[in-house]
Amino acid sequence: MLDVIWLIPALPLAGFLLILLFGRRLGDPKAGLLATAMCGGAFLVTLLTFFDLLSKDAEERSHVVTIFSWLPVGGLKVDAAFLADPLSITMALFVTGIGTLIHLYATGYMKGDPKFSKFFLYLNLFAFSMLMLVLGENMLVTFLGWEGVGTCSYFLISFWHTRESAATAGKKAFVTNRVGDWGFMVAMFLAFQAVGSLSYSGLNLAAEGGVLSKSTATAITMMLFIGACGKSAQLPLYLWLPDAMEGPTPVSALIHAATMVTAGVYLMVRVNPVIATAFSWAPAVIAVVGAATALFAATVAVAQTDIKKVLAYSTVSQLGFMFLAVGSGAYVAAIFHMVTHAFFKALLFLGSGSVIHGMHHEQDMRRMGALRALMPVTAGTFIIGWLAIAGVPPFAGFWSKDEILLSAWAYPNHQALYKILWGVALVTALLTAYYMTRQVVMVFFGKARWEDHSGDHGAHGDFKPHESPAVMLLPLVVLCGLSVVGGVLNLPFTESTKRLLHWLEPIVHFGEIEPHESAGVKWGLAVGTAALCIVSIGVALAVYQRHKLRAVEPQILADGWRYDRFVSWFMGKPGRDAFEATAWADRTIVDGAVNGVATAVRRTGGVVRRTQTGFVRNYALLIGGGVILLLGWFLLRALGVL
Amino acid sequence: MIAVATPTPTWYLLLAALLFAVGCTGVLVRRNPLVMFMSIELMLNAVNLSFVAFSKAYTDISGQTTVFFVLVVAAAEVVVGLGIIVAILRRRPSANADDIAELKG
Amino acid sequence: MIELLVFIIASLMVVGGALGVILRRNPVHAALSLILTLFGVAVHFVAMEAHFLAAVQVIVYAGAIVVLFLFVIMLLGVDKAEDLRTEPMLRQRILGPIIGVGVLGLVGAGILVARSRTIVRNATGLDPEVAADGTLNPDSNVKQLARSLFSDYVFAFELTSVLLVIAVVGTVLLARRPNKGLQAARDKAGVNA
Repeated sequence: MLDVIWLIPALPLAGFLLILLFGRRLGDPKAGLLATAMCGGAFLVTLLTFFDLLSKDAEERSHVVTIFSWLPVGGLKVDAAFLADPLSITMALFVTGIGTLIHLYATGYMKGDPKFSKFFLYLNLFAFSMLMLVLGENMLVTFLGWEGVGTCSYFLISFWHTRESAATAGKKAFVTNRVGDWGFMVAMFLAFQAVGSLSYSGLNLAAEGGVLSKSTATAITMMLFIGACGKSAQLPLYLWLPDAMEGPTPVSALIHAATMVTAGVYLMVRVNPVIATAFSWAPAVIAVVGAATALFAATVAVAQTDIKKVLAYSTVSQLGFMFLAVGSGAYVAAIFHMVTHAFFKALLFLGSGSVIHGMHHEQDMRRMGALRALMPVTAGTFIIGWLAIAGVPPFAGFWSKDEILLSAWAYPNHQALYKILWGVALVTALLTAYYMTRQVVMVFFGKARWEDHSGDHGAHGDFKPHESPAVMLLPLVVLCGLSVVGGVLNLPFTESTKRLLHWLEPIVHFGEIEPHESAGVKWGLAVGTAALCIVSIGVALAVYQRHKLRAVEPQILADGWRYDRFVSWFMGKPGRDAFEATAWADRTIVDGAVNGVATAVRRTGGVVRRTQTGFVRNYALLIGGGVILLLGWFLLRALGVL
Repeated sequence: MIAVATPTPTWYLLLAALLFAVGCTGVLVRRNPLVMFMSIELMLNAVNLSFVAFSKAYTDISGQTTVFFVLVVAAAEVVVGLGIIVAILRRRPSANADDIAELKG
Repeated sequence: MIELLVFIIASLMVVGGALGVILRRNPVHAALSLILTLFGVAVHFVAMEAHFLAAVQVIVYAGAIVVLFLFVIMLLGVDKAEDLRTEPMLRQRILGPIIGVGVLGLVGAGILVARSRTIVRNATGLDPEVAADGTLNPDSNVKQLARSLFSDYVFAFELTSVLLVIAVVGTVLLARRPNKGLQAARDKAGVNA
């Protein structure tokens, strides 16, 4: 099975082509089911490949399948090749697994939409691109997938493009990603210049072998991190993600929760030897940005009123956690959190989609409430997801978050800084519990605020929220189960329970920094964090359910610290001024120099023209003058003067 | 008794230089094409004179051979030049050297 | 003594004639001055033992070339005096003599400098008194010239004959009157004949 890993991206690609040709004819729901089947098929192949790898010894779990030689150009040899190793198969597993579930969900969610088949066209294309990204053997194949997911993200965010806000959001996502892509490209150039190859094995072996200089490794790390900031929505390039909620909810779940935004984290984990070789301030920068983003987004999420925007900011915040893990040398923890986050965030998004669907496309939480009785399955699974993300044991989120906090606390270099970052992460975790509780209470508990506005919605007559169809509930249930047991992947109790760590060891052995703390400290941190999270939940309940405390939702938080406005102003004024100055420089200096040369030549010609009088005798005069000069020169030379 | 001096080749060369200068001035100052031509002949003669003087100075006959050729070529040149002048002046008897400027453009 | 006198007289003829060429307003007078110069140069040739060249100078230059000049002057009726007083290009009249003087000065200086550094053999004839093998070599000037011309420079000699043919043919073509048909076409087109 290892030899046919090319099937994994090929199946969604086939789905894309089939829907392209026959989608209109297949229609609703067959096109959707075809797409789901393709994604499911990819999942099956991935699963079989996974078992194949399991059966091998740890050292042999790396298999490259080359499809063809892509760019044999001079010193650059890039193949279209796929790499099957623990990290890529892990990524592929949850991409295809959760992808299949979301495809299934979308067949129900998008029912009745006039562009039904087109949606699945894009979804399959996205799946193909994402799989190229994670299975790529070298940076160029990954970059191909990277750009592909960016493009599909654009298509899917602006799926309902007749809505002005959706079209704008799509453009915003694409342009912001592009800024990050520049970083990726520069990193590729640097890697090629330093190592002569773009493949991960070449780069990582060079880093492990000490061939890569510290400054080059740092430069590559920072450039890749810029790319990751764009794709994974970290400060300052996060601003596309909240706006991306304009797309249909399955899109938000798949792309902006589980898969595309994790590409940045995947990339950093993939090149962990390079990060380990860099100057010690490089991982610190990554950690600081991650922690800052996490806190920033969490504060904003506290004041959001749109059900999806809360989850969007929550995603940004959790991604910040993952980058904090990367910066603390805890790559396994980052992947662990990525996987558990994929489970519960997809669950939460799909759940919110179910709510939106049941509320006839109402998204404002202030107009919801008391939906628990009317949508029991949705509510139940959503509550499990809430507990998972809030970090309540024994659900999945607790274990992964706890590991990240431990790694930050125990990081060996820059200890004071990392203790501060630990504090920031802790506060963020508390805020996460707080705002998620707020969301659950506002949506499912309390008084039903929707009955008041039944006149606003031109829905089919009697406005009563209803539960979603089975095809949408099934994925919710599956994800709920995974969120419950997901922690099993990497329980920290004994060596044998740290399954993920052992599984990923061949990839991260060079860069992984295991926290060395006494068991007492570890237990203390874990229990303390869990206790504080539960307290935070209690506070939120007091505010929003029992209304004992006043809600603190300042406008500045709702505006996202006015960051969007700041960027618009910056681009509008100082940015624009810089652009105008550059354009002026180009016009005046560069063009001026070129035109100036032409003008100088013309003027000189105009002056020299006067010697052409047309009179032969003038010419004879000039010849005579020349003769005199020559004679004089020769004479003086003979006399030894010249 | 007046001091006698035998003319040395240097004297001849200086004479040739003088003749050449006079011819040069004539070309630059006169406008009549025929007179300009004659001034050119003066310059050629000056050159012949200097060649023969050198031939005497170095007892080498090739100076005189050169003069022979100069003479032949000068003759040919005069023939062609006068033919051109005839062709031009036949149309416009009052033409002078400055009128060549009207050929431009 | 005699040589000095001959030199002075011939030089006066040369310079006088030259000044006459450039200063006389009437082109016929200028041509006659030219003849004077050419005779003077011929005398110099004789003084320098270039007898053949002196003869050729008189026959070809003075006898044929200047006559040709006079033919053209008479034929075209350009013997009217040129107005020397007006000069449309004032610069010419000032710079021309300056350049002439300049050339004279520089060439003269060059001659003096060069001659002061070379040894001059004051032989009266062109044959060395004693040849390399010790015998006297009293060939005449014509013989010497002929020997040089037809052995060392025979190729150039042949080329000059070709040149003469070309010159003659070319000039005949140049100076022809256009034939009747061409003239009629020119009249039709309005080109001034």
